[in-house]
Amino acid sequence: MHSKSKTFRGMLRRRFLQNLLAVPAAVMLANASLTAHADSANTTGLAVTDKTVTVGILHSVTGTMAISETGSVQAEKLAIEQINAMGGVLGRKIEYIQEDGASDWPTFAEKSKKLLIKDKAAAVFGCWTSASRKAVLPIFEQYNGMLYYPTFYEGLEQSPNVIYTGQEATQQILAGIDWVVKEKGAKSFFLLGSDYIWPRTSNKIARKHIDKLGLKVSGEEYYPLGHTQFNSVINKIKLKKPDVIFASVVGGSNVAFYKQLKAAGIDMTKEKPLVLTISVTEDEILGIGGENIEGAYASMKYFQSLTNDNNKNFVKAFKERWGDDIVIGDVTQAAYLGPWLWKAAVEKAGSFDIDKVRAASPGIELKTAPEGYVRIHENHHLWSKTRIGNAQADGQYKIVYETKDLIEPNPFPAGYQ
Amino acid sequence: MFADYSITELTSIFAMQGFAGLILFSVFVLMALGLAIIFGQMGVINMAHGEFMILGAYVTYLTSSLFAEYLPSVYGSYFFIAMIFAFIVTAALGALVEWSIIRHLYKRPLDTLLATWGLSLILQQLYRTVFGAREVGVTLPDWLMGSYALSDSIEIPINGLFVMGLTIFITVGVALMMQKSRLGKQTRAVVQNRPMAAAVGINTEKVDRMTFALGCGIAGIAGSAFTMIGSTGPTSGQLYIVDTFLVVVFGGASSLIGTVASAFTISQAQSTMEFFLSGSTAKVLTLLTVVGILMLRPQGLFSLKIRR
Amino acid sequence: MTKIQAFIGRYQLSHLLILAALLLVVMPLAMDIFRLNLVGKYLTYAFVAVGLVLCWGYGGILSLGQGVFFGLGGYCMAMFLKLEASSPEQTAIQSTPGIPDFMDWNQLTALPWFWEPFHSFGFTLLAVILIPALFAFIIAVAMFKRRVGGVYFAIITQAIAAILTILIIGQQGYTGGVNGITDLRTLHGWDIRTDSAKYILYFINAFLLIGCLFAARYIIKSKLGRLLVAMREREDRVRFSGYDVSSFKIFIYCIAAVFSAIGGAMFTLQVGFMSPSFVGIVPSIEMVIFCAVGGRLSILGAVYGTLLVNWAKTSFSESFPELWLFAMGALFIGVVMAFPNGLAGLYQTYVEPRLQRFKKSSDPALASDMDALKTAEIKPNKTKDTESAAEEYSHAGNQ
Repeated sequence: MHSKSKTFRGMLRRRFLQNLLAVPAAVMLANASLTAHADSANTTGLAVTDKTVTVGILHSVTGTMAISETGSVQAEKLAIEQINAMGGVLGRKIEYIQEDGASDWPTFAEKSKKLLIKDKAAAVFGCWTSASRKAVLPIFEQYNGMLYYPTFYEGLEQSPNVIYTGQEATQQILAGIDWVVKEKGAKSFFLLGSDYIWPRTSNKIARKHIDKLGLKVSGEEYYPLGHTQFNSVINKIKLKKPDVIFASVVGGSNVAFYKQLKAAGIDMTKEKPLVLTISVTEDEILGIGGENIEGAYASMKYFQSLTNDNNKNFVKAFKERWGDDIVIGDVTQAAYLGPWLWKAAVEKAGSFDIDKVRAASPGIELKTAPEGYVRIHENHHLWSKTRIGNAQADGQYKIVYETKDLIEPNPFPAGYQ
Repeated sequence: MFADYSITELTSIFAMQGFAGLILFSVFVLMALGLAIIFGQMGVINMAHGEFMILGAYVTYLTSSLFAEYLPSVYGSYFFIAMIFAFIVTAALGALVEWSIIRHLYKRPLDTLLATWGLSLILQQLYRTVFGAREVGVTLPDWLMGSYALSDSIEIPINGLFVMGLTIFITVGVALMMQKSRLGKQTRAVVQNRPMAAAVGINTEKVDRMTFALGCGIAGIAGSAFTMIGSTGPTSGQLYIVDTFLVVVFGGASSLIGTVASAFTISQAQSTMEFFLSGSTAKVLTLLTVVGILMLRPQGLFSLKIRR
Repeated sequence: MTKIQAFIGRYQLSHLLILAALLLVVMPLAMDIFRLNLVGKYLTYAFVAVGLVLCWGYGGILSLGQGVFFGLGGYCMAMFLKLEASSPEQTAIQSTPGIPDFMDWNQLTALPWFWEPFHSFGFTLLAVILIPALFAFIIAVAMFKRRVGGVYFAIITQAIAAILTILIIGQQGYTGGVNGITDLRTLHGWDIRTDSAKYILYFINAFLLIGCLFAARYIIKSKLGRLLVAMREREDRVRFSGYDVSSFKIFIYCIAAVFSAIGGAMFTLQVGFMSPSFVGIVPSIEMVIFCAVGGRLSILGAVYGTLLVNWAKTSFSESFPELWLFAMGALFIGVVMAFPNGLAGLYQTYVEPRLQRFKKSSDPALASDMDALKTAEIKPNKTKDTESAAEEYSHAGNQ
């Protein structure tokens, strides 16, 4: 599929152009500066020439994480191609160097070093797991690189060298819990997650919030990554009869959990108990099977079924580029934002210089974002809405709720630590 | 922790929990059986065992797609066909691997371990290239995914029953085959004394190949069955491999009874602890116990009396 | 016979000196600090590979859990560095300042007791050596005293690697979990992230490796080395001769563990973090293949093998990440099936005869020793396990 799409690239480019004409060209806000600063832009010590600028893409295309990260790579490549079709950044075409993190954190560190030192990448789009981000973070800070990180994550971090285009935990969780409490009258919660930092922090935040609302947590459980047997915990859930199962199980365990939940006679469409997940995007449903998770609710910022024009164009372009049967999840969309946010910041700064791009980043807004509208906060996270989707048998989410306003990112939430 | 619940609730939960333990037991036996046969009979450790299982899962996925496309009317029964296909395909690959790699290394068992590890890397990447890096969703017939309500509060997952039935069928089948059939008798003869077996006219090379293929085929069936409870992706085989090796090592690695006994012990311990403690703690405690016992009794629960 | 031994001494010494020159002079001159730092990282794996030559190549003990010792050594060093990076001033934003950040995230409010001693650098250095050695000792005593060996030993060590990984990941409040211990900065106030520090660490690493090579060479040449080979071939005969076989095995296994641990500690220093991904099954087996590619009977081959495989991995995965796994898998199978003696074997078969011919003209006596040496070196490789050795023996007995 890969090579095939490459052969058609010329044709596709033209099609992108047509698509992009339909996209409101809001990212053009720095159009005026486009040529004015072009001369000084080459002197940053980065891989910038008069014609091109080089960026890095750093994800796992092999190993266990390839399952999740494939979508992000596709989204980033699509964004870069679209930007190039629109004339590039500061008049320069974006060229990318793709490196494989191989699902191995030390490899991520090695490759990020290579991208920054050898390739002088002007920006790096990449990483997925918190562990890989933690591994590359000191390198980005030491060599002053710029990382656009797409995954929803646990927060507790704010680096000048990272723009977090996914949601941090409070953005994702609080709205979701508020919604099930208000709309579904939930009184008790069972917190279940894979055993690592993200589910643990997420559940900590969820627990504090549930306590604040005066409601009950009837259980909290963690299973090792890759665990495939959930019958015991399902029995426990049956015994405790919580109103809501709040699930942050990840990876292959997800598939096992939902299949076994269904087989144990818990019909999620009956919402007794209701399943609220923060980890299952459309990508994961592909592996779980829509019929096995039908009726569950997910709380995140993006669903493929969003009906705004930005998203329609995005989904169309994505399918044209990567095939019709592809699905787009929350992280994929967040990864797509990365190159656009970088472009906007570069154009605002009028330079590729990392320090200038960083200084220009807060306040950058993207009206063309598939999720609607996003803006970069002072703390390098994004203002975004949170939505609740109801999983359908066809593997898509039906959006049943979205927050009225953008939610402020708060990576160090007071009262939730 | 039980003060808040009525007696009926508790009995039904314990019944279901006991059943959950049995399901786990069946899953472990199914996982480990193929590995144990190959190791017990041939002294070869097949590190690509997980990948053979996933091959079975992919075959199931392909069969289900085929049935959905061409035979939607009998879709409900595709699973049996899929398991037979899974067995045939993995056994064939097993025979091929035995012929091309393993048979050259019988005198160097440690090296087979490395070679099959290399094979597992190749298979993983092959799945990724062919089926894509994402997991595939295997659609199961509806009758398999429900649960059977024994009483008002006791619900038994049908796929659990299915796995149990399958495990019993395969275990009994293998035991019978080893005891009664011609191939089984030949296999045992070869294990006990290879030169003598060859001398009385047994084709030992063929026996080796059949045994290896059989072990791989059982892995394929296991993988096919596990589409009901787990994921199907290029690296999903790795999810099972640790448990599988533990069961085999703990059982003594060379006898089928040992494997069954060890699967029973580990599964019961784990499922009981999972219920009373939390999931991760249970896993760690189970593993620590297993290691502790292995330190005291490194040869496993049951072992052949061989002086090394 | 003594003449041969003298020759082995001289001949291996010269090879060792060539390697030393390569590591200490050629590479630092030819490479920039980025590549050199990468080489330094690869060389930390070479410690493990050299240890494997001793216990697998010579002792016949295949451990698929060497990552455990690499990890233990690395974690000991990482704990010390992390404590230094977690001074109350640097961690002021935490709810409990003065403890590592991941503990704070996991609601720990005090430093766990087993972290306390790692405030001391002296203790850390001791721990890097002693903790893995002790751990190896316990495993080895339990296994070898009961005469567990061969494939069975391999899968038990592998299970131990898997279990330790799950333990480390599960106890994330104490260990940093799946993220590992990251963001290590200074060693007694000396910033280990600067280029100059990386040069210094590279040289320390290279010297330590050469030191380990000398130690390994000493062991191989000693009576112990010959006993190991004897045990690998006919363990029962050595036992009947009155030797305590298990003690030798325990000793060599502990040595291999200590080598790995030194590598792990140097890895932490050079790369700046430690993660559970080194402890597991996959890296442990990869390290075995480094050793196998280099030649399981050659300590120098192990170093070259490690460098070669990692160099191939880095350059391959830069351009064809998908192909790399195929290549790696093929390498495993190919080396095992076609070149069981690895690079060193190829060297002995193809390069050495030419060198020998070259030398023959100058010193004919030496060359005939060379032939004797070759048969002595290569013959043991043909039979790997006691069973086939036993078969050969019975054939020999019949003759």
